[in-house]
Amino acid sequence: MLDAYAFIGVFFIAALVFPLVPLIAAWRLRPQRSTPIKRDTYECGLEVTGGTRVQFKVQYYMYALAFVIFDVEVVFLYPWAVAYGQLGLFALVAMSVFIIILVFGLVYEWKKGALEWA
Amino acid sequence: MVTVIFIAIASLIIASAVLVVISREIVRAALWLIATFFAVGALYLLLEAEFIGVAQVLVYVGAVSILILFAIMLTRQHERHEPAWRAGPWWIALAGVIGLAAVLITTIGAVPWRLTDDDLPVSRAPQLGTALMREYLLPFQLAAIVLLVALIGAVVIAMEERRRRTPTLADDIAAQRGAADRAEDGTP
Repeated sequence: MLDAYAFIGVFFIAALVFPLVPLIAAWRLRPQRSTPIKRDTYECGLEVTGGTRVQFKVQYYMYALAFVIFDVEVVFLYPWAVAYGQLGLFALVAMSVFIIILVFGLVYEWKKGALEWA
Repeated sequence: MVTVIFIAIASLIIASAVLVVISREIVRAALWLIATFFAVGALYLLLEAEFIGVAQVLVYVGAVSILILFAIMLTRQHERHEPAWRAGPWWIALAGVIGLAAVLITTIGAVPWRLTDDDLPVSRAPQLGTALMREYLLPFQLAAIVLLVALIGAVVIAMEERRRRTPTLADDIAAQRGAADRAEDGTP
């Protein structure tokens, strides 16, 4: 078990080192002369106006929440699918009930117009 | 070897959790929280609970963190570098932390943990699936109801929010442009 993950651990460390090396190298090699213009926020070459923080539309949150709900559903689907061979028809019915309950929520969201981008 | 890995993962969890609390920028606190979730997932893998570890990454690192970040983006902007809340006296926090730690440590000490010398099966997802379909069928279906309630509740709240017409990105930019134009007109 641990040996199998040692391999993934090596990849994880490589993934950490790979972006860090150029960042550190750039930081060590570049001239450290800072001017106000250099430190300015880049905004497509135009002069920066206004604050950086703006309020986003609530629709983003609706999509994110629907995603979370169906992400949790996938977590339940996986052990069900793996055990399906030993369970048979009853498991199919049970999972169908589970999914239909959640689809009802999706239909509600859709009918209420929460997914519309207006 | 396992102890070394455990100490490494545990110190990652503690360090990132401390950074969640002491970060001044709420977005940074959220990003450190994601790091904490990820390290906890690694702890599950160390416990040979592969499925729970993957579920942790999928649900917490993948989904819950997105909800948290969207919630931050949706809230009205605060003045920069000003904490979003005022902290009470430090000794109240300290007393709370000590109390919680005392409760947790005594509870963990009191639980009769079952130990086994048998080798654990490599993949326990099939057992989990069978248990969900047999002993825990009712809680499993109740979980669907809970998720449905969460979804409908969020729709109701968000639609109410939408009716009040909160300013969007485009509105904000338009307002800022307008203010800038007016400022320019004012000076000859």
